[in-house]
Amino acid sequence: MKARVFVSLKSTVLDPQGQTVRAALNGLGYPGISDVRQGKFFDIAIAGGVAREQARKDVETIAHEVLANPVIEEYRVEILD
Amino acid sequence: MRFGVIVFPGSNCDHDAFYAVGTNLGQPVEYIWHDSSTLGSVDAVILPGGFAYGDYLRCGAIAKFSPVMKAVRQFASDGGLVLGVCNGFQILVEAGLLPGALIRNRGLKFICREVRLTVETTNSPFTSAARKGQTLRMPIAHGEGCYFADERTLDELEAEDRIAFRYDGNPNGSLRDIAGILSRERNVMGMMPHPERATEPLMGSSDGLTVFQSMLGAAVRA
Repeated sequence: MKARVFVSLKSTVLDPQGQTVRAALNGLGYPGISDVRQGKFFDIAIAGGVAREQARKDVETIAHEVLANPVIEEYRVEILD
Repeated sequence: MRFGVIVFPGSNCDHDAFYAVGTNLGQPVEYIWHDSSTLGSVDAVILPGGFAYGDYLRCGAIAKFSPVMKAVRQFASDGGLVLGVCNGFQILVEAGLLPGALIRNRGLKFICREVRLTVETTNSPFTSAARKGQTLRMPIAHGEGCYFADERTLDELEAEDRIAFRYDGNPNGSLRDIAGILSRERNVMGMMPHPERATEPLMGSSDGLTVFQSMLGAAVRA
C-alpha cells in the first residue's frame, strides 16, 4: 500500500516561486495562465500487514505534525493501492 | 551568567555565538549537542543560525524533534531565557515556542547584508539595555526570513508589545516589517538578524552586543 501527501501553501500565504513561474509562462507565450501555486508531494510506502484505516490515520497524523506546517500550509492525504 | 549554545548538525553560527558571549560579553559559555536531553546548569540558551539538519522538509522542521528541544521547551516554560537567531528563530516557530512562520524571501534571493533595526520595545530581557526607537545595525543572512502570521496573531503581537525589532527598510517581505518577536512570557525571543555577528568594531558594528548585555542585565536582576 502507498500513501501520497500533497502539501501546498495556504491561499493566504504569498508564493513568490509560483508567481515567478506564472510570469515566466506568460513570457513564453501562455497569456491565459493567470496564476500558479507551487507545492510538493510525498510518496510513502506502507509495509504489508498494516490495515488501510490505520494507515490513513497514521499518515494524517504525520502530515499534520511533520510534513506540513499548519501555520502556512494545507495538505491532502491519498491512500493508493 | 552561564550561556549554552545549542549545536545541531548543520548549525554554522554556533562558534560566532560562542565567541560573542564568551569573548565580547566575557561570560562563561558552553556548547550543548543536539542529542543531549538536558541543558546542564546554564542560565540562558542560544539557538544559533545555520541549516539544522540541512533545512530538509522546511527550515527547523526536523530540528524541532531533536532531544535537546524537549529540554529547551521545559527550560522556556520554567522561565529560562531562550534566544533564537536566524535558523534558531525558524526552529522556535516550528517548535511552537513562538507564533507564526518564516517563509521564502519575497524576492526569492538569499540576502546577506547589513540591515537597520528599530527597537520596538525595551520591556524584555533581550532589549532592556536599548532605548525604544533606537536604531541597531547588524547583518542578515537568510533565504527564508519573511515573517508570516495571520492578521489576528499580528494584532495580538502588537497589542501585547511583543514585537522586539522591526526592519528599517524591509528586505524580505516580512509582514508589518517584523524582524524579531517575543513569547507571551517575554523570556523567549526569535530574530532573523544576527546580533552575534555585530559585537565588536572589527565586525563593522557592535550594536548586537546590546541584546547580550540586556540578557546579562536580566540575569543580574533575577
